[in-house]
Amino acid sequence: MKSTGAQAAMGNRTGIQTSPELAEELIEGANSAAPSSEGGVEDIAEYRTDYIAQGFALGSMPAMPISEEAEASEDQAGMAVLLDKLGERLAFERMGTRLYEALLNKCQTLGEQTPGPTLQEIEHIGSEELEHFLMLNRIITDIGGDPTVVSPGADVAGVASLGIMQVLTDPRSSMPQCLQALMTAELTDNAGWELLIELADGLGYNDIKTEFETALVHEEEHLQNVRDWLSDMVLDKAQL
Amino acid sequence: MSLDIFKEKGTPLDKQLFTWRDLVRTPTSKLDDDAFTRVRIILMNGIEANALRTSHGMARMLNGDFRLPLAQVRRVEQHQQTMVNWLLPPDLSPLETTIAFEQVAIEVTASVAQHEPDEYLAQVYRFGLLEDFDHLYRFSALMDRVGGADANSIVQNYSDIMPGRPTVVEHRAPEDNLREHYDCTKAHPLTKLHAVTITAGENQTHDYYMTIGPMFADPLARQLYAEIASIEEQHVTQYESLMDPKETPLEKWLMHEAVEVYNYFSCMAYETNPRVKQIWERFCDYELGHLHMVMDLFQRFENRDPAEVLPATLPDPIEYESHRQFVRETLNNEVDLRAAGTQFINVEDEPDRAPLSIAYREQMNSEGSPSETVAAGYQWTPGTELVEKKSAFAKGAKA
Repeated sequence: MKSTGAQAAMGNRTGIQTSPELAEELIEGANSAAPSSEGGVEDIAEYRTDYIAQGFALGSMPAMPISEEAEASEDQAGMAVLLDKLGERLAFERMGTRLYEALLNKCQTLGEQTPGPTLQEIEHIGSEELEHFLMLNRIITDIGGDPTVVSPGADVAGVASLGIMQVLTDPRSSMPQCLQALMTAELTDNAGWELLIELADGLGYNDIKTEFETALVHEEEHLQNVRDWLSDMVLDKAQL
Repeated sequence: MSLDIFKEKGTPLDKQLFTWRDLVRTPTSKLDDDAFTRVRIILMNGIEANALRTSHGMARMLNGDFRLPLAQVRRVEQHQQTMVNWLLPPDLSPLETTIAFEQVAIEVTASVAQHEPDEYLAQVYRFGLLEDFDHLYRFSALMDRVGGADANSIVQNYSDIMPGRPTVVEHRAPEDNLREHYDCTKAHPLTKLHAVTITAGENQTHDYYMTIGPMFADPLARQLYAEIASIEEQHVTQYESLMDPKETPLEKWLMHEAVEVYNYFSCMAYETNPRVKQIWERFCDYELGHLHMVMDLFQRFENRDPAEVLPATLPDPIEYESHRQFVRETLNNEVDLRAAGTQFINVEDEPDRAPLSIAYREQMNSEGSPSETVAAGYQWTPGTELVEKKSAFAKGAKA
């Protein structure tokens, strides 16, 4: 049996240099075989096109509530878009609360690290995520929507965020690894609030626009903090 | 609506053709399709999986005469299962699919329990129902507390989300999981159709949890799947023991094909999505083709008339609708039932009559109970418990 070079070191085995001798055989084998069909990666697009062209959507919004103020069809269309994006932000903030609960749990177990976030700082962000969720819950209800609806935007955000939750709830992930995953969430969240402000402004919802601007200020602070903690921890590890 | 399974010959086996494109259609919508469309897809995936499982078991035990016809039918069943299962959309997460699996177990078992002609077997179904009902509650708590999402977006108000017979006390010794089987010479055909249907559904649930359990990162989620998969294994043990071992393998195959016809027929009766309904109709015809092929084998090799075991016309379809009242009544009356041997007893008699189950349960739960922990203090709330500020961050949140 051919030994692998990494056996003695017991480190990461995923790279080709784990065993140069086996790698050489592997490359030799791959190079000696011809593909069974002609063409290239672009052929995959034909398969996707076939399904895309059918025009099915992931889903829709529920039938719109008819309000006295929103009689024109443009208003109805705008309202549907606003409710979709509100539902998306609501789902994101709800999941964000659970993400920071998982981070708090990790920090409590591992202990506060320097550099890195304190328990109090994590609690501060988590509390604001919860506040934002509750605010969105109230606003959706106030404008005639149903906050329990999974809007298409919320559904897509849920799919896109599954990996973040997996990183945060994995007991083996380190604090910097969790912060890296949270960067993805916070960057998306900031952009999401900016878009909501634009939408509310365009549709004339001035009161809720003001509330969204306050939320964005919080989220900008979350992003900056996560970015700083991550950078400090990574640079510290690299002894820079 | 009735179906004469002797008169209707269905699609001949050599006309049951597919392509990969045909198998893989645009899936259903998680958001817009009715929850019962998803319930039917999941059940029929389970029925087809069971057809393959049963067929392979027979191929390994029967003589050579049956190997080819089994393989011929199996090839079609494989592709039927694929087309059905691939109707589930990719945005339905493993946990959301789990919620839907438990809804299948609740609503389909409730329909079966109410129509089962044998009172003892009806009791068995009610007993299992209350356990799956509890699983829905535990997984909903997991979805809320770890995933930050509301399980009702999947069950769509049709099924209650509240405790049943607590999962922590569902763990039993093998001696208390076996049940009395029906007598194949006397049992009503519907009894046989029910037993295969529910066994198939539970077996697929078990296999699904065993596949996806390790995909979760959260240690509590991993433990919860380990715990509930163990109960699903008990359920398979319970339900498969209802079937009479005196039935010959060919008789079991014949009955399985009838089960498939009956279930596609039931799906057709309730389906609201026309694209999916067309698949149920096509596969009902395919199954009639299989059934007639096996009827012929049954006559030739066992020299018996299929009418001895099959009903002339199919019974009323399985009811794909909310059984809330029936489930609540069952919960109210029977949550404290436990099993001792093949019989059901009251909880207070368990220490004397089922000591092996108590000892086993104490051992398994001795380092903690994931199903109790995940739902500690949990009450389902529209939009998740965060609406009630139930969070580690409740104190700091101002709203």
